[in-house]
Amino acid sequence: MAIELRNVSLRIGAETHIYETNLSLQPGQFNILLGTTLSGKTSLMRLMAGLEKPTSGELWMNGEAVTGIPVQKRSVAMVYQAFINYPSFSVYDNIASPLKVAGLPKDEIDARVQQFADLLQLTPMLHRLPDELSGGQQQRTALARALVKGADLVLLDEPLANLDYKLREELRDELPKMFADSGATVVYATSEPLEALMLGGYTATLNEGRVVQFGETSSIYRQPDSLEAARVFSDPPINTATIEKRGNSAYLNDSVSWTVPAQLASMPDGRYSIGLRPHHLLPDGEGVKVGGEVQIAEISGSESIMRVNIEGNNWVSEAHGIHSFEFGEHRSFFFDSKRCLYFDSNDKLVETQV
Amino acid sequence: MRKTTNQKAWWLVTPVLLLVAFNAFIPLMTVVNYAFQETFGNNQFFWEGTTWFEKVLRSERFHDALGRQMLFTSMILVIEVPLGIAVALSMPRKGPWVSVCLVLMALPLLIPWNVVGAMWNIFALPDIGLLGYSLNSMGFDYNFTRQPVSAWMTTVVMDVWHWTSLVVLLCYAGLCSIPDAYYQAAHIDGASPWAVFRYIQLPKMKRVLTIAILLRFMDSFMIYTEPFVLTGGGPGNTTTFLSIDLVKIALGQFDLGPAAAMSLIYFLVVLLICWVFYTVMMRNEEQ
Repeated sequence: MAIELRNVSLRIGAETHIYETNLSLQPGQFNILLGTTLSGKTSLMRLMAGLEKPTSGELWMNGEAVTGIPVQKRSVAMVYQAFINYPSFSVYDNIASPLKVAGLPKDEIDARVQQFADLLQLTPMLHRLPDELSGGQQQRTALARALVKGADLVLLDEPLANLDYKLREELRDELPKMFADSGATVVYATSEPLEALMLGGYTATLNEGRVVQFGETSSIYRQPDSLEAARVFSDPPINTATIEKRGNSAYLNDSVSWTVPAQLASMPDGRYSIGLRPHHLLPDGEGVKVGGEVQIAEISGSESIMRVNIEGNNWVSEAHGIHSFEFGEHRSFFFDSKRCLYFDSNDKLVETQV
Repeated sequence: MRKTTNQKAWWLVTPVLLLVAFNAFIPLMTVVNYAFQETFGNNQFFWEGTTWFEKVLRSERFHDALGRQMLFTSMILVIEVPLGIAVALSMPRKGPWVSVCLVLMALPLLIPWNVVGAMWNIFALPDIGLLGYSLNSMGFDYNFTRQPVSAWMTTVVMDVWHWTSLVVLLCYAGLCSIPDAYYQAAHIDGASPWAVFRYIQLPKMKRVLTIAILLRFMDSFMIYTEPFVLTGGGPGNTTTFLSIDLVKIALGQFDLGPAAAMSLIYFLVVLLICWVFYTVMMRNEEQ
């Protein structure tokens, strides 16, 4: 189903939750809303569902304006961060509940419940109550309820955030497969850039109530069209600095410089911003060499994360393997200048061929 | 490895043992003492066995008081629980009115029992009380000191006024703990307000409701002060509930043996009903 937001905004009282937004979701695909807490992910979902009426603008579904149509008349299903199931219903009755409301015949309900219980590996616990399930199983039940409905639009509001690490990985792998055959347009909200990358599909990066950029997940990760979009789609945060461009060289300061790509070289001299992802700044290797003072070093699994002060900028380096550093130690770091993203004075990306 | 044994640790339990002894065991044993013996003063006791228990259990007076008590408690629960839920449902969930409603609800709970009794006594007097006078001037023949029906109505309404708030506050707390997402999910499913109540709010309130019903059962089953001040158990014996009757036997007639036996039976009835109710309510949770 094609869903389109046309100049939609949402103000509650004096607060603006969503600034005027135009967004056309990819039908039948995973559409990810990526942004931090309070960036407007949930508000946007509530608008799409029809739980909230937009202050201005219109919502279109399949070429029809549906702005005023109540939520229960739209073909919408939603799954939340908290595990929401009917507490006094068994898993079976929970999954069957939307079908019962729709008034389907008994044997059809039975067949569909069985089908989705199989898909979500819930068959052995169909007779149990939600309280008797693990968190993962509870969320599977909620997902099954959303799937069984056969809704055109499925909204998943950080559905994995309350699950433990292992279960989250497992469900994250399964999710795109579950929805692949349903033909539904899926909207998935998350605050984790890594999760967006793993799920693939399309991503809208959100910041402070605005859609910053929308496009294919991998391409907007590689080519964020603004510094803001790059910041939203990077964890740990992207390293930024101001450089001085003179001719075809970029100067971080008097002693650190490198050759810029042809597209940038042809632009006027002056100040530009660069963005460099933490995993492109490494404690060993080749390329541009910068010196920095280590401020914090932490090890997360097989990655080492160092916060370093480089030429007055607080940068983060993320490297494979275990690297040991002393606090306050002076070290050299390296990056490949081809990995730099360049932004002009309006923070817009300068298109460069990588 | 050798285990060291140190019996001194028992001393650490002593304060609790003493507390329980003075708090519960010794008073209870005094009652047990009287329940199985006869005394004529001078601290002389004669063993009576189960005589007093048989006497109490066979006495019509006890049956009548127990019947009245059961009827009263059932009426209280049937009125206060649904009313409490209804009021809790209609209270605002957020905004400036929340605290106003909560304070208004808590007020009756803060008034001492005997004051409530006295208040309603004056309020319901047929000649000068606001309630009694208005009812009579509207043509109702109302006199709680003379008519059993009026006396019962007044006692029940007084208890509803005094204690429904407790049910309201407990249910309100239960309702507030339901995440918003439940309502949204039900909304998306197209669930009716009744379905939301029946399948979300009621199951989510089950625990607090169990507590509320238990508290209201125990309190109303042991009610003494309010009806004592309001009607004194009258007219006749029509509002003589178990505890009023017990005090009459123990202190009015000074029949310590039957009174002690009756106390124990009374205690066991309360315990039994509470246990059965709690077990039934919690049966599903333990599976």
